[in-house]
Amino acid sequence: MKSVGADVKAALLWIVLLFSAMSGLSRTFVREEEIGSADILRLLGTPTAVFAGKLVFNLGLMALVELVVAPLYFVVLPVPMSAGRLLALSGVLVLGGIGMASASTFVAALISLSSGGEGRSALFFVVAFPVLAPSMLAAVQATFAAIAPEAAPMNALHNGLVMLASYDIVVTTAAFALFGTVWSDA
Amino acid sequence: MKTFLKALLGVWMVLVIIGAFTFVPPARGFQVPALARIMIFHVPQAMTATLASLLSGVFALRYLMRRKIIEDMRANAAAMIALLFWVLTTVTGAVFAKVEWGAYWNWDPKQECIFVLLLIYFAYFALRSAIGDVHKRAAVCAGYTLFAAVSVPFLTYVLPNAPGIQTNHPSGVVFSMDGMDSKYKLVFWSATIGFAALAWWIYRLSVQIDVLTSAAMARLRRTGAAG
Repeated sequence: MKSVGADVKAALLWIVLLFSAMSGLSRTFVREEEIGSADILRLLGTPTAVFAGKLVFNLGLMALVELVVAPLYFVVLPVPMSAGRLLALSGVLVLGGIGMASASTFVAALISLSSGGEGRSALFFVVAFPVLAPSMLAAVQATFAAIAPEAAPMNALHNGLVMLASYDIVVTTAAFALFGTVWSDA
Repeated sequence: MKTFLKALLGVWMVLVIIGAFTFVPPARGFQVPALARIMIFHVPQAMTATLASLLSGVFALRYLMRRKIIEDMRANAAAMIALLFWVLTTVTGAVFAKVEWGAYWNWDPKQECIFVLLLIYFAYFALRSAIGDVHKRAAVCAGYTLFAAVSVPFLTYVLPNAPGIQTNHPSGVVFSMDGMDSKYKLVFWSATIGFAALAWWIYRLSVQIDVLTSAAMARLRRTGAAG
């Protein structure tokens, strides 16, 4: 059987991660609205505290998903590994995971306010995907540079990591700033 | 006065179209210089779309600060105009890409960006249609607009300009001193003014429709509750 290229492997890894993490991440706030505990959270906690709690939980969930999915993925689709490549790959996974967790926590809060019922999870994907697209593109490029450094353009890993880190900072800041205005109003 | 301005806009756009096809000389430096005339439509449309996107973000911010529902209607109308003009930009760009690069869609970095940008607008309207309560909808849509606004610059500026990424899309032609000759400049900026005025007119109309619709709905609810 012919082996797939490193670029395909990099893209597939993030597709697998996206779909396995999203099903859990999308439920963050919807569950609170469904069992009616969202109003208690609104009364008892400041928006920042509520969002921080949800974000920490989602970061843990994301880390768990990556710890299970990534090793399994590279068992099924092996790539030549070394200590340096492993370190680079872990950096990409950590930074990409943070961006995915914080962007989808905010989108989950928006979705929980919709009157969608069962359609909410479909709506979650529609709304979360374009917001996540820039970080996913950067993550795929950086993953490619991490697992196949010889084929990647110069500085691709460094550029990808810098872009992922700046996306994480900007998106997390914006989410904290905007969450209060959306959450307390509902 | 209003009728006069509308008539003037009609004549203006007709002149721009005639001028684009007959008055301007073929542009140098393109595969088929005569067909580069589409730039007179493509670039002003992109500029109008950018302005409408910025306006939509400003109104979203104003809604979150003032909580007046009219700001949400304005943001919505501006987003509609932005989507309309981004679609026009994409279509004219694709037509010229066929001439210049050989295919309607090449997944050039610029095309990847516009693709995700269109998805963001589709998601915005999907989100809007999923929320019934007016104030909740306004708050969620404003939150989403501003959240998308901070992730878009990564898409439009950081990613295409990263080292190692090559785009075939020309840039900086419009604002450089020797980019266009005087005939081109005249028709180009006339087209920009024309498209911006057209967008402004559509925007005003759609805000008015929104205001009237919500007033009519409120009256219907009142009389329905009384009867």
